Amino acid sequence: MLIVVCIKQVPDTTQVQIDPVTNTLVRDGIPFIVNPYDTHALEEALRLKDRFGCKVAAISMGPPNAEATLKKALALGVDYAILLSDRVFGGADTLATSNVLAAAISKLHAEVDEVGLVLCGKQTIDGDTAQVGPGIASRLDYRQLTLVDKIVNLDFAAKKIRVSRKLEGRHEIVDAPLPAMLTVVRELNRPRYPKVQMRLAAAEAVVDVWNNKTLQLDEQKIGLKGSPTWVSKIFSPERIKGEILGNGYADPAGTAALLIDKLMAKDMLPL
Amino acid sequence: MTPNPLVFTPLLLASLAIFALGCWKRLSLISLGQPEERFDNIGTRIGDMLRYAFGQKRVIAKPFGFNHFIIFWSFLILVIANTEFILNGLFPHTIKLVKLPFELYVPLAFMIDIASLLALIAVTVAALRRIFAPPYPEARTLDAFFILGMIATLMLASFTLNASDLAAYMFKSGADPVSFLATARKIMPVSALLAGLLPPLQLETIHAAAWWTHAVALLAFICYLPISKHMHILTAIPNCFLHRLEKPNTQPREEFTVGNTFGVGSVDRYSWKDLLDSFTCTECGRCQNVCPASITGKPLNPRAVIHDIKVNLLENGAALKKGATSQTPLIGEAGEGSVSEESIWACTTCGACMEACPVLIEHMPKIIQLRRHLVETEVKFPEELLNLFENMEGRSNPWGIAPSERTKWCNQLDIKPFDRDTTEYLFYVGCAGSFDSRNKHVSVAMAQLLDKAGVSWGILGKDEKCCGDSVRRLGNEYVFDKMARENVAMFIERGVKKVITQCPHCFTTLKNDYRQYGLELEVIHHSELLRNLVQDGRLVLDKTTEEMGATVFHDSCYLGRHNDVYDAPRAVIEAATGVPPAEMERNRNTAFCCGAGGGRMWMEEHVGERINLTRVNEALEQKPDTICVACPYCMTMFEDGLKDVKANNVKVRDVAEVMAEAMFR
Repeated sequence: MLIVVCIKQVPDTTQVQIDPVTNTLVRDGIPFIVNPYDTHALEEALRLKDRFGCKVAAISMGPPNAEATLKKALALGVDYAILLSDRVFGGADTLATSNVLAAAISKLHAEVDEVGLVLCGKQTIDGDTAQVGPGIASRLDYRQLTLVDKIVNLDFAAKKIRVSRKLEGRHEIVDAPLPAMLTVVRELNRPRYPKVQMRLAAAEAVVDVWNNKTLQLDEQKIGLKGSPTWVSKIFSPERIKGEILGNGYADPAGTAALLIDKLMAKDMLPL
Repeated sequence: MTPNPLVFTPLLLASLAIFALGCWKRLSLISLGQPEERFDNIGTRIGDMLRYAFGQKRVIAKPFGFNHFIIFWSFLILVIANTEFILNGLFPHTIKLVKLPFELYVPLAFMIDIASLLALIAVTVAALRRIFAPPYPEARTLDAFFILGMIATLMLASFTLNASDLAAYMFKSGADPVSFLATARKIMPVSALLAGLLPPLQLETIHAAAWWTHAVALLAFICYLPISKHMHILTAIPNCFLHRLEKPNTQPREEFTVGNTFGVGSVDRYSWKDLLDSFTCTECGRCQNVCPASITGKPLNPRAVIHDIKVNLLENGAALKKGATSQTPLIGEAGEGSVSEESIWACTTCGACMEACPVLIEHMPKIIQLRRHLVETEVKFPEELLNLFENMEGRSNPWGIAPSERTKWCNQLDIKPFDRDTTEYLFYVGCAGSFDSRNKHVSVAMAQLLDKAGVSWGILGKDEKCCGDSVRRLGNEYVFDKMARENVAMFIERGVKKVITQCPHCFTTLKNDYRQYGLELEVIHHSELLRNLVQDGRLVLDKTTEEMGATVFHDSCYLGRHNDVYDAPRAVIEAATGVPPAEMERNRNTAFCCGAGGGRMWMEEHVGERINLTRVNEALEQKPDTICVACPYCMTMFEDGLKDVKANNVKVRDVAEVMAEAMFR
């Protein structure tokens, strides 16, 4: 049985700038990280590996430098790391992205081992659409279990899973047959920290790169051409400049009083 | 009444064999350790050995140390007497000191007699101390009393022996007892006194009894020595010779290549010198009596760490020699011979243990090696460190704040970036000075003072990265190595030569740790620079400030103990306030840690009394209006501690703030 984790390299910090002309994120000079939700998906896959001895594959679609993200996954203990990278994959929206990822999962299913679970983060912190995971499930005709905060039960032999979904103000316990696609929330687990030995081995490992020659997808269904979504404008809301009240260093009590008065005047401090 | 060589010789040979076997069994284990260079600068090493081993410099730093000084030197003098005794036992009547020329014999006999008396008094004092006021409660060991009793027995037997010799000679020569003993008392005061008291008819029996008591005690001592803590008699002198000549304020680098092991998880991963240290420990307990963790009730006890390393080596040594793996884990809860994880994480790396150790044992690097194993190989560490490690690696600061916010502290100031051609000093602001809202005030004060003094300085701005101190002391050497390489490359590329730091952790890391990466920077702590600027007349104070009221100064471990900067911050305070700061009971090299070093800043403190509260209360004993510090971590620990004890009227100020107060207000 194989578990596939989909991970994405995203720009770090909340300070991402938007290019007003191209309506895309300015990525220059901003360090990349593994999408934080995906680290929880990865951790859960590795815990299942520890428990059941199954294999874990991490896949990521992105530019060549996204290899770093997959090396992090290797350092944490995944068995296979595959980068889906090709110029024709570029400019993809969530539909085109899920087409590529689904094709890669099918290939792993056919060539490596039967895929039992696909794990994704609930969303990425750059796009925040939460559509790619469900998109993969639809393309592959897998059951989709979103917002999972606990795998209650998993039986690979009987091909059954029971999860807890974290919804607003309540939890939902859901049974589903395998194969299934799960998107996970951060409450699911605490990601592990890599061992140095594993990091060193990962640094030397070669990450497999699959391009469209490997996947043989119709170019009308991938990349910019396969993306029906077009972005008319992205912008950061203007932040209204705040003001500094009093002198909190010299007179903390008086300044706190000022703040309370201010909040009460604006009716923001219900008493 | 002669000793019988036919009995004594085999006994002596057997004892020497047991002694040699005991030494070999233990000391040969040292060869299991990893290589380490400790034979450079022989001249300095000999000097240090004379100072610390023979001069007992650290031993006599404490009142009771003088007692040990007496035992040590008596022991050396009595080597002569005991050699004579053994040779006499092997070849009766052939070799005797009394056959020496009279001018040589008299002072020698006098010295031996007095040394024996002093040793007897000293071991009695030592035994009484152990009974009534032991250095630490567990010091009342059978081992200790046995050895003290043995030494006392040797001294009493040797007096009796000499006395019976004197009396026998007196009767045999028919000399007048009164005048004979009067003369003898000038040569061997104690023995002669005793000689007058011995019953003349039983002299032969007394002599034989004393001789054999002495012989048995001496041989037993020889047999027992290698298997007790008194092994230090053999190891302390070489250990002082082999100590690390530079202050042990850094840890060795690790080489990150596939197949290497990281940190110490098995006792043979320690260096041979670490293992020698474990055989040198005298269990005097001075380290535990100054350790902030031990004192405040944490499970860490530096003495026990060294002892556990020894026990672990003895238990696993045989297996390790054969290439097998350890049975007793070095890290774990297996009791004696294992160091618990909790105690490993309790260390603040303040260095007080190493400063106190009379035989120059290096505790701190050993604890950090254990941390390295836990972090790098086992990935077991307190959970609050996970965020720290990720923040440090991902965003190069402990809080994970966006690096672009590093210059927010100076938004209102006109500060130039460092430029290799026009700037003399890089002001390395540090993470606390850049991000911590309280500490930003110190950075601003420094900026204003530097400008006022006309210093040519600049900053790296958003390109500044964390120095990596916390991750190194926490054993995450892999991440430290990456951070250090990046910083060293940047400093070289930007042409940085002189650096000002306002944080002792940045200070020590840039100054001492980065030297391991081939970067020799001229690093100056802001307190030193301010002191120099005042001395050189570049910062002229036309008035002193009264705003601070009564001040007391707290030494930062990484400024003081680890780098010997004690006077500069005090001089700055005195210049600004007109009076030197008050001193806490524990100050300068015996100062008590604030509790934040060694990465403890980022960890919870659940067990025992809080270290910072202990120190805050000590500071409050001086009735200060202002507690002066020279470190951002100390600042935080004191501010928090003062809130906890509700001492709201006491301020905490960095020395730069004190100076700025006098200069600008």
